[in-house]
Amino acid sequence: MTMIGWLQIALFFLVVLVTIKPLGLYMARVFAGERTALSPVLGRLEADLYRISGISPGKEQGWLAYTLSMLAFSIAGFVALYAILRLQAYLPLNPQGFAGMAPDLAFNTAVSFVTNTNWQNYGGETTLSHFSQMAGLTVQNFLSAATGMALAIALTRALARSRISTLGNFWVDMTRATLYVLLPMAVVVALAFVAMGLPQTLDASVTATTLEGVNQTISLGPVASQEAIKQLGTNGGGFFNVNAAHPFENPTAFANYLNIFAMLSISAALVYTFGELVGNRRQGWAIISAMAVLLIAGVAVIYWAEAAGNPILTALGVDPALGNMEGKEVRFGQAMTALYAAVTTGLSDGGVNGMHGSFTGLGGLVPMFLMQLGEVLPGGVGSGLYGMLVFALLSVFVSGLMVGRTPEFLGKKIEGREMKYAMLAVLVLPLAILGFTAVSALFPFAVASIGTSGPHGLSEILYAYTSAAANNGSAFGGLTGNTVWYNTTLGIAMLLGRFAYVVPVMAIAGSLSAKVKAPPSSGTFPTDGPLFVGLLIGIILILGGLQFFPALALGPIVEHFAMLAGQTF
Amino acid sequence: MSKDHHAVSLLDPAILLPAARDAFVKLDPRQLVRNPVIFVTEAVAVVVTVLFLRDLFTGSAEAGFSGQIAAWLWFTVLFATFAEAVAEGRGRAQADSLKRTKSELVARRLTASGETETVAAPNLVVGDIVLVAAGELIPGDGEVIEGVASVNESAITGESAPVIRESGGDRSAVTGGTQVLSDEIKVKITVAPGSSFVDRMIALIEGAQRQKTPNEIALSILLSGLTLIFLFVCVAIWGLAGYSGTVLTVTVLAALLVTLIPTTIGGLLSAIGIAGMDRLVRFNVIATSGRAVEAAGDVDTLLLDKTGTITFGNRMASDFLAAPGVAQKELAEAALIASLSDETPEGRSVVALATGEFGVVQPEARFDAIITFTAETRLSGVDIAGRKLRKGAVDAVLRFAGVAEGDAPDEFRQAVEMVARSGGTPLAVADGTRLLGVIHLKDVVKPGIKDRFAALRAMGIRTVMVTGDNPVTAAAIASEAGVDDFLAQATPEDKLAYIRREQQGGRLIAMCGDGTNDAPALAQADVGVAMQTGTQAAREAANMVDLDSSPTKLIEIVEIGKQLLMTRGSLTTFSIANDVAKYFAIIPALFVATYPALAALNIMNLASPQSAILSAVIFNALIIVALIPLALRGVAYRPAGAAALLRRNLLVYGLGGLILPFAGIKAIDLAVSALHLV
Repeated sequence: MTMIGWLQIALFFLVVLVTIKPLGLYMARVFAGERTALSPVLGRLEADLYRISGISPGKEQGWLAYTLSMLAFSIAGFVALYAILRLQAYLPLNPQGFAGMAPDLAFNTAVSFVTNTNWQNYGGETTLSHFSQMAGLTVQNFLSAATGMALAIALTRALARSRISTLGNFWVDMTRATLYVLLPMAVVVALAFVAMGLPQTLDASVTATTLEGVNQTISLGPVASQEAIKQLGTNGGGFFNVNAAHPFENPTAFANYLNIFAMLSISAALVYTFGELVGNRRQGWAIISAMAVLLIAGVAVIYWAEAAGNPILTALGVDPALGNMEGKEVRFGQAMTALYAAVTTGLSDGGVNGMHGSFTGLGGLVPMFLMQLGEVLPGGVGSGLYGMLVFALLSVFVSGLMVGRTPEFLGKKIEGREMKYAMLAVLVLPLAILGFTAVSALFPFAVASIGTSGPHGLSEILYAYTSAAANNGSAFGGLTGNTVWYNTTLGIAMLLGRFAYVVPVMAIAGSLSAKVKAPPSSGTFPTDGPLFVGLLIGIILILGGLQFFPALALGPIVEHFAMLAGQTF
Repeated sequence: MSKDHHAVSLLDPAILLPAARDAFVKLDPRQLVRNPVIFVTEAVAVVVTVLFLRDLFTGSAEAGFSGQIAAWLWFTVLFATFAEAVAEGRGRAQADSLKRTKSELVARRLTASGETETVAAPNLVVGDIVLVAAGELIPGDGEVIEGVASVNESAITGESAPVIRESGGDRSAVTGGTQVLSDEIKVKITVAPGSSFVDRMIALIEGAQRQKTPNEIALSILLSGLTLIFLFVCVAIWGLAGYSGTVLTVTVLAALLVTLIPTTIGGLLSAIGIAGMDRLVRFNVIATSGRAVEAAGDVDTLLLDKTGTITFGNRMASDFLAAPGVAQKELAEAALIASLSDETPEGRSVVALATGEFGVVQPEARFDAIITFTAETRLSGVDIAGRKLRKGAVDAVLRFAGVAEGDAPDEFRQAVEMVARSGGTPLAVADGTRLLGVIHLKDVVKPGIKDRFAALRAMGIRTVMVTGDNPVTAAAIASEAGVDDFLAQATPEDKLAYIRREQQGGRLIAMCGDGTNDAPALAQADVGVAMQTGTQAAREAANMVDLDSSPTKLIEIVEIGKQLLMTRGSLTTFSIANDVAKYFAIIPALFVATYPALAALNIMNLASPQSAILSAVIFNALIIVALIPLALRGVAYRPAGAAALLRRNLLVYGLGGLILPFAGIKAIDLAVSALHLV
């Protein structure tokens, strides 16, 4: 660990902190349906889109209609993307002449992008045509992110309103999220990326002559544009197989900074938007604080564990000064790799700039654990916010009784119905992660896919299902995921993690929205102070994390202690 | 909470012994399934018992271990059922005394032809008319439709003084099981036997018929969800262990499951609810639904009647304002003598003020004549030693003294005006034709009530005074008592409208009342407390009945409601926080054979894997017993703002719940290894 490393990390969070308020306020205006600076440019287009699709933007939907619209839209997105992937051989912009994807891989990939996961069982530059990347994946990068934002805004409205049974209009929220937030930001970030040297071309590749005088084919494509929305929408699916470790996705330390900033900016600001829309900015800051404490702790642990290096390798004569450099890019170093790894997993981004599987036991544990907490630090765009709000409801319920009142969050009473749906949502992650991991760990054909035996092999499987169910998409490395078993089960885990989670959450929104919003008094549980922040952190760790402790004990925790004891597997 | 009429010791053998028996009866899975957490524990206990028997017959070395685990799992279940049984027993002791009076009641029913027939009370139906004569017990709840009688209601209220019950008006309601002492009344039965409020209260306390309250249901869902999650976790561990080359026995997985699921709060949840009801009954308040008790904790606004709650029922003398040329002491003396034969509370308060604050010595006096107060004269007094001392309404006394109103001295008139403006009542005092001055009678705010309201305000509860007084008087008393708002010249419609308005804004309202015209407001309020002395209509509309008919009870009811919810929340937090230590005890124990490096997680340094698992299970069982008194008594409650309460309870039950099991499991582990139990 170096002072420069810590300063880099601190400066990064400072920059994010500065942008939270302006971006949050801007999004609050967008979702309140107010005029924004971009309205003169995009207002006509927005109105035209509604007219063409036959949507009356003033007509609000109840929770069920909102949810069904979202599901219909996601199914349509899945079908379209699946078709593109299967049929890419017959579609334009296929300079390398790639064949269509296999059914199971196409299923996995389509689910992956529709659920904002971007788990990649394929190598982009060797499998996908430019058309598939642009019209297929990039489109879903926008839409799945916009869907997440719409859902979070619907839940926000439920908490802001009193005795109103509607939650807004899905089509309007989704359109405005895309037009006013994602698209303009993506244009700016993509141009910045181009300026930093990311390719943006429809050419397939260039051929270079290396120093040895041999020809090397270097893959190219519309990288910058996809990279921009990959991060802004917390998608994480890279153009290239090695993701943001690739010099064309992430050429410089500064590009690396922009990458991490792009993925964190919207999710963090959206919490502020939440505070603004519910009329309690302190509430927004309280939730941001809880997220920040856990996320920064995650960065610190990874940085510390990785910089401390591996005593076994040190004993073999490796210079310990640089720490554990296996699987890391020298141009990023320990601090920026730790930052990227924690942010990409604390968010549900899933892009990587180093190989998480090559981290030390503890260093690998943290990204896994951050995902298992439910992707709420601050999580994917939208999905992180609604996941965090479920934790807030649970915290209020468990401990709110201690002030001697029926638990309330922002004036809404938390009762049996909300608890029922909240528990249904909370059940999804352990069911999908532990269930599939345990089954895979027992089936020899599934175990055959792992790259390393022993606890690290278990970590590979656990990481894969964690990443899928949490809709993260980052890979640990080592596991050969492109098999029928993993394509299918990881796909199911992604579907469960997205839709089995969000439907009960929307039911909560419906229930809360219709309730009367009680005015706060000194007798109500204060949810916007430091005490609540501490409580929320405790509940996230105990209810969200503790269930995975036994599984982690058999994977990364064993690895960590075994490494300290000098034991190898 | 000072008045505890029927305190029962926590260790009363008359309750503990039957409860121990009931604890076994409650093991019946059909009954236990109402409590999912403990039901799962019982199912697991059965499985481990079967394994123990198998180990026993196969002569496996595991038998000693699985036998002990099985035994402690059964103890866990039994401690939970015992907690419920004790709570029920305490409630039942209360209910039995009420029930006894109700059984074997006989009614004399009027038939259509005007004859009377004798029927057993349980066979009465609503609308029956029964005759009750002196010495007889009233067979059921109803309304007096003819006659007037004095009734001994001590069986219900514990108050031995008889009360008058008469047809019409606000004193027509009678309660089944109370005794008519004089005269004969005709009673119309208004409540079907079995649904009178005493019956409903009994149903709230007895577990089998007990309906779960809304918050209890919500909490049960949370606990069931957690149980399901940990079931997944334990099944998954088995698979993951298989990959790692560890064979986990069902016994250790069962132990892990039971220690992780929230057995502490699961086992105590119903006991907490029953004890909350019971606490209310001990305060002589009967709730007709558990929902009302929870709502009491949520109340934002208290509607309090001025008279009897905020002020003493009667106006009292607070000052003597002498006329010009009269010493205050002389006025006090004259007022004292004039009031000596006045037995009204006002009269007595004049005596008390004069002898107390003004130090007037009460004269040995023989009166020549005693003039009592009448509605026409509106003054009273005595003739003594040639003096004609009178006190009374200002105009009446002026007339007596022969002073025209305009001729009264300025100071006198100003004093009268000042008293009236401050919301008091001026009484003039005259000695023959000589005006002595004015007695200031005022509503005296009960001592300590202002602090009480301040405490309520700190808890976030607004108090609203309801009074028939004019706004000027009301404002004066309101500011003296420190209420947040007042409703002056309030009609029942005003009260109802006020409640509706507050509820529209998302607030919960509690009020108490006794008259029939209070009934709509009582029904509309979230917590409506009717006085036992009130009408049947009021008692039916309310969701609580106060047997002491004390209007201040409302404040205690709110506190009991809050304490109930706090106890639930504190034990839930405690229970969940406990899991951290249990993980650190059991996880290394499960896998240390496969991965010796995991010994690093054994931060409690427990003696052996088996000892660690057994200690965690024992701790998990014993903590239930240890917390039974807390569940029954409720957590310590003092009025404070939510932030302060949360900080304190989070520290005690959250942090305590995190730390205590580390120490507890370690201590049990030391005992287990010292006794060579494994």
